[in-house]
Parts: sequence; structure tokens; C-alpha cells
Amino acid sequence: MREGPVVGAEERPGDPTEGGAAAKGGKPRRRGPTLAQQEARAGLALLSPTLIVVLAMVVLPILWTIIIAFQSLRLRNLRTRLFDFSFTLDNFGTVLTSPGFLEALKVTLIYSIVGTTLSIGLGLVAALVVRKPFKGRTLVRASMLLPYVAPVVAVTFVWQIMLDPELGIVNAIGTDLLGWESPIPFLTQERGTITIFGFDLGVPTALIVVILYQAWRYFPFSFLFILARLQALPGELDEAARVDGATPLQRFWRITLPQLQGVIALLTVLRFIWTFNEFDDIYLLTQGGAGTEVISVRVFRYLTGRGDIGAAAALSLVLASLLAVLLYLYFKFFVGRVDEADAI
Amino acid sequence: MSRTDVGTGVDERPQAPKAAARPSRPRPPLSREVVETRILGVLKWITIACFVIATLFPFYYMVMLSVRTIEDLALDPGALWPPSGISFAAFGEVLRSVEDGGQGFVTFLRNSAVISVISVLVTLVVSILGAYAIARLEFFGRRQVHFLFLAVYLFPAILLAIPLFVFFTRIGLRGSLFGLILVYTSQIVPVTIHMLRNYFQTIPEGLEEAAALDGASRLTIIRKVSLPLAMPAIMATSLFVFMIAWNEFLFALLFLVENRENWTVSLGLSQLAGSIEVSKTTLMAGSVILTIPIIVLFFLTERLLVEGLTAGAEKG
Repeated sequence: MREGPVVGAEERPGDPTEGGAAAKGGKPRRRGPTLAQQEARAGLALLSPTLIVVLAMVVLPILWTIIIAFQSLRLRNLRTRLFDFSFTLDNFGTVLTSPGFLEALKVTLIYSIVGTTLSIGLGLVAALVVRKPFKGRTLVRASMLLPYVAPVVAVTFVWQIMLDPELGIVNAIGTDLLGWESPIPFLTQERGTITIFGFDLGVPTALIVVILYQAWRYFPFSFLFILARLQALPGELDEAARVDGATPLQRFWRITLPQLQGVIALLTVLRFIWTFNEFDDIYLLTQGGAGTEVISVRVFRYLTGRGDIGAAAALSLVLASLLAVLLYLYFKFFVGRVDEADAI
Repeated sequence: MSRTDVGTGVDERPQAPKAAARPSRPRPPLSREVVETRILGVLKWITIACFVIATLFPFYYMVMLSVRTIEDLALDPGALWPPSGISFAAFGEVLRSVEDGGQGFVTFLRNSAVISVISVLVTLVVSILGAYAIARLEFFGRRQVHFLFLAVYLFPAILLAIPLFVFFTRIGLRGSLFGLILVYTSQIVPVTIHMLRNYFQTIPEGLEEAAALDGASRLTIIRKVSLPLAMPAIMATSLFVFMIAWNEFLFALLFLVENRENWTVSLGLSQLAGSIEVSKTTLMAGSVILTIPIIVLFFLTERLLVEGLTAGAEKG
């Protein structure tokens, strides 16, 4: 909505008016740069601080990571080996064949796919229920945003304590009221069993908890964007469908949801990228233990635990390339169906 | 009006004002429409309640534990409110300096504040200029630059952390607040430019042109015309940056961990959790201290922040 008039304005730069003004006002200057050149210069000048900061602290480091990935660089030989450019593929060998790599890859994929789906799904539900105004809506909306704005360290600790086998409220309620036989160490148990209809099912306890946490913490992001889109939807379609006798559920599936496709597609990409690269939450909740070690936590381990900078760089490149491949596949096979213009 | 029409009193869905203005429809008894509307009307409130409890309870629990003693908690971990009196001892322990037997959180608070405020200022200066250029001026590569910036977000933070870690170790800036501020600024600038650009584009250009006619220079125009008009977006951006810098953990951990003097609150708290002699209630007191500034700021400015973050998102 906002971008509509904006794009138009952007296409019509003030050249003609400005040009006329300058000609009228100032002395006729024949020499010197044209207005377009002046503007281009001003643009680059204003942008230069940004360019410098981003180049120096983001782009160059990314390129440097690629170099490091092919060096045998460790924390202890940092002084001597930093500029040793005898490249080797050893790091990739180490990283890809190390025990636990495939497991970490699997965990990363499960975590990002399920986590993304859950957080967007919850966000959608939350946006739908607060769509119409009601008393106290502002407060409800604000409280739904809390998990996302609160500091990650604080909320992971609250979760840790809530789920603590001895002091946590979840286990206290579970054993006192729900008849659990013993407390469940939610964050340190790799495999638990739950019995459903007499069948024992093995479940990856800690991984499930970490995914639920991720859905809890990040659904507000989807909520915010879906709600903004919902409130900008024109009411006529819905109204017309109602007049034609469509029930609320039918109207949701046939009218509202299709109009949300664009924003949901965008959220899927963003949330997937961020979940796939996620480090803080898992590291703080489980330190990557109990079957929750995602690739980024492994990178961190290589970097600080073993001081193997080369291997860490190689693994982080593997992570980034995997993401690129997945995104490519997503855009190739899924986004084609959504109207391109509507997607972003 | 709509309420009496539907007759449930709970639901607000079906009757938009437009519908009410239409000649009265006969109400079909228990059609699918009515059944669905009623069920959804009830489900809606249950869902809202669940969401509110799920999002608020952890914070309530955090505050409640922070004013309980650890013995009290061990006796009755399932209690929903502090049973026997409130104790602020945990806060004292967290805030007192290390020499006085505390955890020195006052220092950490100061560090976090310094880092966040300076990050906000630097990010603002850099991104206002950049966003203005991208929004207003025609130059080679203008659109590409914008997408290049956003592409940066494809890369995991941990990937960037490696070379920065090496670099700052090598030049001896690791452990300094300055290095961290640089890192934060560079990582946030692409997003803030995006936010501010969206806003600058909604300001009519005529105003700036008028100022230009009066002979104002480009920088004067930005300072005197564009900036005041973009104030809401600038406020939202500042808050956004402040929150990110205040909450950040990975880079603080990698860069500052060996230098306790410079720890941020997030880092201090995470390190606190590692030591055995610190009780859970103390940890919660630390969490409250870490969270309060953010929550206060958030509630004061919620509307502004939400609008700033989702500007342009209405289009999808």
C-alpha cells in the first residue's frame, strides 16, 4: 500500500524542475558537471559511509572466510600461518567426514523446516484472532510480541528453569497433577518414549523442545507481518463471498488465505534462512547437547573448543552453500506457482 | 448493532457496518454460517487466551522466581505465586560489585548501555545518509546496492564471526567495546537503510524541491526538511537498533568473554549460569534486570516500532 505511490514518485526524479530552477536562479554555468552527474556524485558520497562499513565488516569478511577455509589455520598458529597461502582441501575433508556431521545436518534440516512451519502457522492463527478490533486488543498484541523482543539470554534461561527436572514448574505440574512417574529432563534427554494407545513411541525429546521454543519465540515475527497484510486487505471480496452465502471457514480458505500467499511465501524464505543459520537459541538452551547439535553450533565448537579456525570456516561455508541450494530449489519449484509480482 | 443481530454477544465477525446498512436479512436458524460463526467465535477467545498465557507466563514466572528464595523454590517448585514473603536479596547479589561479593551487573549494565547507545547513533548517521541517497538520488548501481545489502543476510552470523574474530584477535581489538560497536553497526545498517528508505520515499519530494529552490544545500535539506518529517521512522529505527544491540549474544561472547570488565548484561548472565554456586533465583533476578529495559522501551513505543518494522509490508 505504501509502496504504491512511492514507486511512482521514485521514477520521476526532480530533474526537470530542479534544472529549470537552477537555470532561472543562478548564473548560467556552462562548464562543470551536469545536474545528473552532480546527483550521482552526491548519491555516492552520501552512501559512502555505508559502503565502507558494509564492505569492511561484512563483504570482505565473507570473502576472507573463503580463503581461511582453504588454509590450515588454527588459533595457536594464527601469528605464523595467517598469510600462508598454501591452500589445502583438508578442512573440508575433516569437516565432512567427522563423526556427527550427517547427524547435525539432519537435525539442522528438521529444526529449520518444522520450526519455520510452526512459527508461521502460529503467527497466522494469532493474526487471524486479533484481526478485528476488541477491547484490550492493543495489550494482547503487545504481549504476543514479547517473546520476540525480549533478550534471548533471558528467555532461554526462563525456559531452562521452567523445564528443569527438580525446580521447574512443568515437571512439578506433570508429576503432581498429571501423574508422570518421574520428572522429564526435557533439555538433556535425547530420546524419550511416550505411550499412545499402548504403543511405545521413541521421540527426540530435546529436539522437540528446542523446536517448540523456536516456534514460541519467533511466531511474533510472522504474526506482525501477516496482521499488517490482513488489515490492508480490501473488504469487498470477503463481503461479496458472504453475500453469496460462503461460510466463515470457506471465506478463509478461498478468499483470505489466497491473498496472504505472497506474505507467507516471503516469511517462509526469511524464517527459513534465519532458522537454518540459528545459533544463539540452541546454544543457550542445550549447548547443542542431547541430539540438538545444529551445524552452526558445530562451527562454534570448531572455532572456540578446538581452535580449528580453518575447519570452522569450511563448515560455515558448507552451511551457507547448503542454504543457497535449498533457496534455489525453493524458488525454482515452489514460488513459480505464486504470482511473481505478488511474492515480494 | 451487529451484536444484537447475531445474538451470541461473543462474536464480532460477521456484521461489518456495510452489511448492517443493507436491508435486513432474515436470520436462518442454525445454518452452517451460524454454526461456524458461533464455534469460531468461542474458539477465537480460547485461542487468544492461550496465546496470552503462553507469551506472558514465562515472563511472570521469571519475575516471580526472582523474588523467591531458592529454598522456597526447592520446597514447592509448582507454586504459581511467591508463598512466603518477597525477597529482593537476589537482586542485591546480582547488582553488587564483585569486590562486595556480588556479580557486578552494574558494570555490565553500563557496558550494555554504552554499546547500545553508541551503536544507535553511529547506525543512524550512516543509514540516514545512505537511505536518503537510495531513496532520492539517481546514481549508478542504486538498486543493485540495495539488494546487495539485503543479500548479506543470507550468510550465517557465525560465518562472519570467524574472520572478524581472527581479525580483531590479530589487531588486538578483541575484548574492546569499540570493536563490538563496529560489528553491530555494520550488521544492522543494511536493515535500517531498508526501513528508512521505505519511509523517505513516502515523503513528498515537493517539500525538498521547495527548499532547494530557496538555495538550501543537500545536507541542509536533509537536516532541516527530510529529517524532521522522517522522525517517526527514525525513532522506530533507533529502538530497533537499540534492542538488537542490547540483546545480542554471539558476538559479545566471542569478542568479550576473556575481558570481564567489558561484559554486556547478556554475556554476564550467560556466564553466570555456568557457575555452580549461583542459584536459579539469582539467575532469574539477572534475567529480570536484562529484560526490564527492553520491555519498558517496548511498551512505551510499541505502536511506533510495529509501524516502522512493517512499513511497506501491507503490500505483501
